[in-house]
Amino acid sequence: MSKLTALLNWVDDRFPLTANWKSHLSEYYAPKNFNFWYFFGSLALFVLVMQIVTGILLTMHYKPDASQAFASVEYIMRDVPWGWLIRYMHSTGASLFFIVIYLHMFRGLLYGSYRKPRELLWLFGMLIYLCLMAEAFFGYLLPWGQMSYWGAQVIVNLFGAVPFIGPDLSLWIRGDYVVSDATLNRFFAFHVIAVPLVLLGLVAAHLLALHEVGSNNPDGIEIKKKKDPRTGIPLDGIPFHPYYVVKDIVGVVVFLMVFSAIVFFAPEMGGYFLEHNNFVPADPLKTPLHIAPVWYFTPFYSILRAVPPLFRSQFPGVMAMGLSVMILFLLPWLDRGAVKSIRYRGPIYKSALAIFVVAFFVLGYLGTEPTNVWGQFGSWLGGAERATVVARIFTVIYFLFFLLMPWYTRIDKTKPEPERVTS
Amino acid sequence: MKKLLFGVLWAPLAALASTELQLENANIDPHDSISIQRGARTFVNYCLNCHSANSMRYNRLVDLGLTEQQIKDNLLFTSDKVGDPMAISANRKDQKRWFGVEPPDLSVIARSRGTDWLYTYLRTFYRDDKRPTGWNNLAYPNVGMPHALWQLQGSQVMKTESQEHEGHKAQDAALVLEKPGSLSAPEYDKLTRDLVNFLAYMAEPEKTKRSQIGIVVLLFLLLLLVPAWLLKKEYWKDVH
Repeated sequence: MSKLTALLNWVDDRFPLTANWKSHLSEYYAPKNFNFWYFFGSLALFVLVMQIVTGILLTMHYKPDASQAFASVEYIMRDVPWGWLIRYMHSTGASLFFIVIYLHMFRGLLYGSYRKPRELLWLFGMLIYLCLMAEAFFGYLLPWGQMSYWGAQVIVNLFGAVPFIGPDLSLWIRGDYVVSDATLNRFFAFHVIAVPLVLLGLVAAHLLALHEVGSNNPDGIEIKKKKDPRTGIPLDGIPFHPYYVVKDIVGVVVFLMVFSAIVFFAPEMGGYFLEHNNFVPADPLKTPLHIAPVWYFTPFYSILRAVPPLFRSQFPGVMAMGLSVMILFLLPWLDRGAVKSIRYRGPIYKSALAIFVVAFFVLGYLGTEPTNVWGQFGSWLGGAERATVVARIFTVIYFLFFLLMPWYTRIDKTKPEPERVTS
Repeated sequence: MKKLLFGVLWAPLAALASTELQLENANIDPHDSISIQRGARTFVNYCLNCHSANSMRYNRLVDLGLTEQQIKDNLLFTSDKVGDPMAISANRKDQKRWFGVEPPDLSVIARSRGTDWLYTYLRTFYRDDKRPTGWNNLAYPNVGMPHALWQLQGSQVMKTESQEHEGHKAQDAALVLEKPGSLSAPEYDKLTRDLVNFLAYMAEPEKTKRSQIGIVVLLFLLLLLVPAWLLKKEYWKDVH
């Protein structure tokens, strides 16, 4: 027995190292027919690690103090060796995290990955998404630019629209009557420690749930139903390590090329990843004309703006925005389709999904623009703003996709699923 | 329906055309370090009295091929240490009293305003007796800042009858040089272009280095893709 094996045995007697390696990697059997859409889970993990590492390096130089925060970011950009790279990696990573997560979630919609027995897996995923939104929101205040400041002001004020407890609630979140040094300090605490801790725990739960039930695949059939009677290994399964490890390495390299192209050549991404107005230090006395959240929040922000106030209260809009995210939690129970995968779904689900994607993009675009971006209708519509009317229509479509799902997935004409996965 | 769709699609363009001031292209060359050096000189002479650039250190200018001694001899007016930031000693409260606002720090002004806006702004000051400073600006109406470069550019006045519209030069045509300054119009254009080039450089000194490194990184990743792809292909040979 070599010394290395002896050491491994010593560890295994005290800690399930080999057992875990096997159950999660070398003997975790994943369907062999994963396609393009299945890169984004491992990529999300990769981006998470990158955000944590660059984040730790940033906290070594950043000052969570209203009078120093903006300058400390510029200090990182200029005086800290390679600080600009770390900062751009972190800011680009934030936006790409959302792109990766949105594609990962869309994969779920394509292949019914949230369906039984993966409901809990989906719920953990949704909680991760909520955490990610909180993480992004808290982090966006830290550069202490005008958009940081006023974006936080607007979003915290949303909580003020909650009946009865609203004003106290937003005061409690801010720790002051306006967004201030107290707010910056607590957001820093949430961004660098509280939310990441929860996030990591949820990611672990997400992976444990996945490895318990096994991965779905583009055919939406269960590979565990057809096992080799001798070994008990799914006939269409291959061990995650080495097959998907080497495949995901290719995915990571391609991802890094896209990532580097942005970091090195267009870190502002035309004002979408780093907003121009955020290079102006926060000024509590000067409200910008146009306050827009970063692009990944804009579909929901559009919904918020689209819903008209009721009894002069913004609460209905706030509710609608909240519901537009929360309704995704219900997906496993809204979908009554006979099949999981889009490959065997009928024309109704395919059209519904396509319309939903269009709605998401249109709402996302409108959320980045002021509501007068498309001008106004003539007097025949009371001079209503065109963009607001369009946002209202797509808000209704957004919700109908979910609310009508139990009905249209049931009546949809599906094709028969294959017995084994197709390549 | 078609008409409605047409209206929806064209509305944003129409809105842009009617209200926005057409910005002039600053046309700067971030690789022209001589231009940036000239811009730095204009900056420390004309801007760095009221405006600070607290994130910018003087000795950073060695990036542009200057030596520390050259920086000390030619550019160091507000401090005596070459490692100091471009700070100013003006009292912020006084400034607020004089101009109505505190002149903003200019370290990253090119990133918030954009270079075309800065170029247009620096060229569209005009005499306006209704303003406390006697100056107004096309790019920034009712700005608190007086025309700091007026001795160079001279003073322009706004011509109210704006009949002579010729394409998008209409805004320029509205301003007429009433009293020439010490520089001719092309000389002044060059001076402002150099100044904007410096402001852009100062907003992100690492910018040119960043894209150079980017090319190397992308080439490396392209090379890395080859073994990664071959490894995947080799392992997946036995998956049917």
